[in-house]
Amino acid sequence: MNSYRGNTDLRRVLEVRDLCVAYGRRGGGVWRALSGVSFGVNAGEILAVLGESGSGKSTLAAALLRLLPANGRITGGEILLEGADVVRMDAVGLRRVRGSGVSIVFQEPSLALHPTIRVGEQVGEVLRAHGMRGRRERGERAREILAKVFTGDVERIFSSYPHELSGGQQQRVLIAQAIACEPALVVADEPTASLDSPTQREILALFRSLRDALGIAFIFITHNPALLAGFADRVLVLYAGKVAEVGPTRDVLFAPQHPYTQALLKCVPQVEHAGAAGRKLPLPVIAGAPPSLGVLSQGCVFEPRCEERMEMCPVREPAAAMVGAGHEVACLKFPRECG
Amino acid sequence: MEPMIRVENLVKRYAGRGLGRRAAAFTAVDSVSFSILPGSTLALVGESGSGKSSVGLCLACLERLTSGQIWFDGHDVATLAERELRAVRPRLQMVFQDPATSLNPRWTVREIVAEPLLVQGRVANRERGVHAAQVLERVRLGAEYLERRPAELSGGQRQRVAIARALILEPKLLILDEVLSALDCSIQAQIANLLVELQRALGLAYLFITHDLKMAAHLADEIAVMSRGKIVEQGAAEEILRDARHAEMQNLLGATLVEREVIAVVRER
Repeated sequence: MNSYRGNTDLRRVLEVRDLCVAYGRRGGGVWRALSGVSFGVNAGEILAVLGESGSGKSTLAAALLRLLPANGRITGGEILLEGADVVRMDAVGLRRVRGSGVSIVFQEPSLALHPTIRVGEQVGEVLRAHGMRGRRERGERAREILAKVFTGDVERIFSSYPHELSGGQQQRVLIAQAIACEPALVVADEPTASLDSPTQREILALFRSLRDALGIAFIFITHNPALLAGFADRVLVLYAGKVAEVGPTRDVLFAPQHPYTQALLKCVPQVEHAGAAGRKLPLPVIAGAPPSLGVLSQGCVFEPRCEERMEMCPVREPAAAMVGAGHEVACLKFPRECG
Repeated sequence: MEPMIRVENLVKRYAGRGLGRRAAAFTAVDSVSFSILPGSTLALVGESGSGKSSVGLCLACLERLTSGQIWFDGHDVATLAERELRAVRPRLQMVFQDPATSLNPRWTVREIVAEPLLVQGRVANRERGVHAAQVLERVRLGAEYLERRPAELSGGQRQRVAIARALILEPKLLILDEVLSALDCSIQAQIANLLVELQRALGLAYLFITHDLKMAAHLADEIAVMSRGKIVEQGAAEEILRDARHAEMQNLLGATLVEREVIAVVRER
């Protein structure tokens, strides 16, 4: 297993401040998918964004590249990518920054690749979009890039069609496309969700080796906390469009402070308990359902489901408080001053 | 106790696609044998492509096996004709991985859940709704869900509807093909609890097909590990987990082991 690599390079690649995203709803009204999300990513860092469906994690991925669907809108905040604000960029600026500043790996590789074009050419396409004219030059460069994500017969991969590759290999091709123009940041939206667990781990190992070799930072979006130990440097927990907790992976996974993170991690069955005694016992669940994002909440969004709720929780919105080195929690259990 | 279902030397071969040499047959399942007792769970774990879903499809009589026997309810279902299978199928139902694609989006929950009754022609039209409401209650969905459509439901609610549809014919065996994998982990826990509750209340036997070893360990009495169409390890859940000798098993356990190491590291600090 890779040892944790301390981040020697503290240069901020991405700084998100107070990001708000809303979707227009049919029949009027808005759906507040993200409200007041702030976080940063350093060069060569792997930040995992952990959230359940409806938490806003895919909206976050799309917003970072300004790829929101037509009814989605960034209603406030800043996305500073190497200092430039993506929120206020025009079409020309966006075209330049997508691919070479920040790129994205989607969830379903079989849908993201063109079925009738050889994958080598599809990697070359990214280079062409960024101004590489010569066909032969593109081919050579595409082979070099594929060699970074595949071991073994790159030539065979280069001239394969997507359907000739396994799901894990297709995902590697998407990663090759994402790193083709050497971006500072790659956003990966549930890139391993459709893969089985051994293949998942191969892809995670690939992300780590790319970060070690090329210094690329990754935002890894997932709903599965079991993937993160030994992989991510930091974890950000998203709930109902807000940051519940963010901190170093060990602290968030093994000493979570936010009641939501604590409840979420308890839902995962532990192999240690799997002796005959623990088997088939009810697993802890989180009572209730996430709040509707259509109504503006006044207090803490987790309050209705929280087992530690206090009197002020329904009326006062918690702000992020420091509970440890780089470990922030948005919960009124932790008054802001004591950070 | 008599097993609920006994599978002997199950083989499933698929004809190759294409012409000439490319048409070589592919053996998805290679002489697999196991049995499941009433009220107990066998977890079939393995990587994708290991053949575990093919086993499930053969057991549900949705695929014809190439050779072998499946003893269920006193018959070898492999030898039954399609017409005779209609009498067997109600007692052995399948639930699929992705409720978003296994439910008809244009139908209401009532229509989806009651359809098996219609197909079997057992229950008078006006009573079907009552049965649907009863079985929905079993999966902890209220009658207010009867007139909703799948798009108006969350992932967990859809999977409850899929389970209700499987339960309405009062089966003895449920084949659960990755029924938790498409769900969030807090929802996985809810559905896992529901499955345990239903098993206790109705005495159901489960074939739980999964690549999630943690859930297999939590839900199963017995675990069978599949690799390349064969069962490579099989036994009581505790034993299989205690000495995960086989490479396949260690591979599946891998993610969990990483976690353990990290926990150890954290404790040392």
